[in-house]
Amino acid sequence: MTPEEILHHLPYNQPFLFVDEIVSINSESVHGKYWFNPEHSFYQGHFKNKPVTPGVILTECCAQIGLVCLGIYLLGAEGQDEGFNAIQIGLSSSDMEFLLPVPPGETVKVVSEKEYFRFNKLKCQVKMFNAQEELVCKGVLAGMFKTLSHGG
Amino acid sequence: MKEEQFLKLKEIVSNYLPDDVSSEAIQRESNFLEELNINSANLVDIVLDVEDAFDIMLENEDMDGMQTMADAQRIIQTKLEAK
Repeated sequence: MTPEEILHHLPYNQPFLFVDEIVSINSESVHGKYWFNPEHSFYQGHFKNKPVTPGVILTECCAQIGLVCLGIYLLGAEGQDEGFNAIQIGLSSSDMEFLLPVPPGETVKVVSEKEYFRFNKLKCQVKMFNAQEELVCKGVLAGMFKTLSHGG
Repeated sequence: MKEEQFLKLKEIVSNYLPDDVSSEAIQRESNFLEELNINSANLVDIVLDVEDAFDIMLENEDMDGMQTMADAQRIIQTKLEAK
């Protein structure tokens, strides 16, 4: 599956799509990018007069690139992509550390490496870097994937 | 199934119990999702630990049939006999 096809299959829309580009992907890892648009509404409240990207949003960005894009790729490789209109995804666990703040307007790079993909559970080690290639956050994320048959 | 194998399985499962379920609750007929409150994501981790502990490999069909401790014991036994 090509990066374009994976982006097409992502089950997100604005304002909750946190993937711009998949730079590279294979069955073991994925590398993607996202630009944090300063117009995002959460910057108005996090924090008052001092916008910083919330950790939960960084986690979400890591999960969308590191888990969901890779998971769709892996499901496609297993031939399970027929029912992609009806894909169900759930984040099952997250264990993240945050090292540096991410200001609005930053472009981040997410690198994710698969620990395992078994019985539709994908577990990955993720890292996010800022434009200066500094480590912003890292952790371990896991999610469950379910593809429903047509009309299911 | 040998008592030893049951205890080995019980020890693995007890690592994934939610805080409000004690390991005393793990009985031979306990249902993982409904009685032990283990979610499907943790059930995958239990299966992976079982594979390591018993040196066996489970397939998707095995996972589908694994609803209770008794199911798990039966599957482990079958896999061990097939080795």
